[in-house]
Amino acid sequence: MQAEVVEFSPSTSQQVPPQPKAKAAAVARMRRAQRDPAWVRWGLTTIALSTVILLIGIPIINVFVEAFAAGVGAYFKNLFGDPDTRHAILLTLTVVPIALVANVLFGLAAAWSITRFKFKGRTLLTALIDLPFSVSPVVAGLMFVLIFGLQGYLGPFLRRDGYSIMPYLTSLVVVVAAVVTFFLIRPHHSSNEQQRGLWRHPWLVALGGGALLFAGLVLAQQALEVWPKNASLKIIFAVPGLVLATSFVTFPFVARELIPVMDAIGPDEELAAVSLGASGWQMFWHITLPNVKWGLVYGVILCNARAMGEFGAVYVVSGHIAGQTDTMPLRIEKLFQEYNLPGSFAVASVLTLLAIFTLFIKSKLEHQLPTHGSAPVPNPTGTTP
Amino acid sequence: MSISIKNVNKHFGSFTALKDVNLEVPSGSLLALLGPSGSGKTTLLRIIAGLEVADSGAVLHESEDITEYSARDRKVGFVFQHYALFRHMTIADNIGYGLRVRGVKKPERQERVAELLKLIRLDGLGDRYPAQLSGGQRQRVALARALAARPKVLLLDEPFGALDAKVRQELRQWLRRLHEEIQVTSVFVTHDQEEAFEVADRVVVMNKGRIEQVGSPVEVFEQPANAFVMDFLGNVNVFPGRIEHGKAVVQGLALTSPDYPDLESKEASIYVRPHELQLERTKNGGSSLEAKVVHVNPTGPRTKIELRTVHSDQLINAELTAERFAELALKSGDLVHVSPRRVRVFAPEYSI
Repeated sequence: MQAEVVEFSPSTSQQVPPQPKAKAAAVARMRRAQRDPAWVRWGLTTIALSTVILLIGIPIINVFVEAFAAGVGAYFKNLFGDPDTRHAILLTLTVVPIALVANVLFGLAAAWSITRFKFKGRTLLTALIDLPFSVSPVVAGLMFVLIFGLQGYLGPFLRRDGYSIMPYLTSLVVVVAAVVTFFLIRPHHSSNEQQRGLWRHPWLVALGGGALLFAGLVLAQQALEVWPKNASLKIIFAVPGLVLATSFVTFPFVARELIPVMDAIGPDEELAAVSLGASGWQMFWHITLPNVKWGLVYGVILCNARAMGEFGAVYVVSGHIAGQTDTMPLRIEKLFQEYNLPGSFAVASVLTLLAIFTLFIKSKLEHQLPTHGSAPVPNPTGTTP
Repeated sequence: MSISIKNVNKHFGSFTALKDVNLEVPSGSLLALLGPSGSGKTTLLRIIAGLEVADSGAVLHESEDITEYSARDRKVGFVFQHYALFRHMTIADNIGYGLRVRGVKKPERQERVAELLKLIRLDGLGDRYPAQLSGGQRQRVALARALAARPKVLLLDEPFGALDAKVRQELRQWLRRLHEEIQVTSVFVTHDQEEAFEVADRVVVMNKGRIEQVGSPVEVFEQPANAFVMDFLGNVNVFPGRIEHGKAVVQGLALTSPDYPDLESKEASIYVRPHELQLERTKNGGSSLEAKVVHVNPTGPRTKIELRTVHSDQLINAELTAERFAELALKSGDLVHVSPRRVRVFAPEYSI
């Protein structure tokens, strides 16, 4: 041992003629001593690799093999020739964007309130956001059936005169939007000459104006009979139910991506913008959104993949009506049950491609997120990088 | 523009951050809020900026009550401890942001940005991003950004806290000169007394949400109002002792003390700064304590000596000039006679 150590030190190797064999052996021995044994390395790698190939690799390749088994022409005929399949693709492309918009709005609001405000029930909200992940999708679907279904709490009412709630619902949305806009455009103390009369009492204006607007809109819609009377408003076994179920199961995605990003960035830049004279709206568009944009895109992409592939919850609320409430995953299942294997694999290949594309974007985006360490952090030493 | 803070209180849950704080910041002054962490200095600064809301009390600019104004309406420039530069904007965009959101036209904005880049000696770096600058450069950009919209008040939260010693020293002097040049009322927060003394012309010492003393650096250092200020501003030796008929008595040693001339007899703590201790090889009249040299640190312009009193085994820190140290040629284990040139006595109504 002693001799080898001496040989390995560079100062002696200059005087003593080099002995490459002995030196290589010493290096090999050192390397062996610093590593795990070969059987551990090879064993673990083999287990991991073979599992991935068997359970993920081969099935995915098989999807494409089966889809293209009858040739490219048959593949596209299977995808776009069947009207029910066409409708399923279109339905997925309508339901998913609505669910995405809802989740982006919810995700931003939830992430903002959780990371920037301290309020009672903050931890409860954080926990509840994850609930859709832990609830079985089938149970989620059943919850909506129990509320909106025929035998559910709201079922009889919705069937009798469902559209009568629409004036209230639409008016509420308009009023909320109006109040938010009012607070965003309201002039501030800096312009004292504009601070006259009602501008001084923002809450009075917001509440009073909001109530008046609401009443006016509701009465106007009722008087003009915008919505059908005594008609059944279908939520379950119809598109609204699909949107609700899809939104529910994908709720956590955007919020969960945004919360760590916003936590990592901290509120200082936003406060700096405000102290420089930015309004809440300006702060959001100039500072917050550019800072969280990669997190947001990441969340939206994950959300999109899950929303497109959602089966359980959608299965329960859709009623499985071909050409009406079948989404892509439901269509795949139905084609499979009908022994139309090429058709079912063709649709499946579209969803698989989407998954691969999502993974690709995901791995590209991970480097852009401040929570993954590549964001510029303040250089505490004061030296030029 | 002067600032007045009137009876401001602030609680975070059960923690009292500020307790009945009153403060006047004269127009054009450069004031330091100095205190240990948790003393409420940053909270006070953020209340002045409108980034934090006081539970009660008022903040006034001149005579205008701005307590209910939001941060964006207060016309203050705020420099954050970790700069808080907008990471996705160039340096020029960062500096111009305050003008952009106030609707200043682009040519005018560019002119002002160029002027400020020159002021912070970063001309030519306007196209870079914050991540490409050093800490000191970022701090200057943060300052320029705060100054761009010509604020009435400049507020700085631990402006040099995250920088290394050498850059900090340069920036302190630069801030001092900048303030002389632009004369904007400025308040900065620091926990470093040296920094406060070097930069500020008024120092506010804070502790546990209260203001302990306000004054010029010399006033605060030479005439500390209480034991906390004395202890917080630099090293100090504390001797337990008594006051008897206007004299401070430490371990049988009677010292003249002007602080409590009338007090008959009371327990008190006697404070002596390290450089106000006189060391002698031989007992030369007067009253002195016998002490043994424990450790000598001769680096720097002043030699720091650790001593232990022979009778009570108390640790004492002393500082000598290099010349005096050479004269005495002290080393560990030597016996010396210690006598204070100046003492301050605080009867223990304050606890530290």
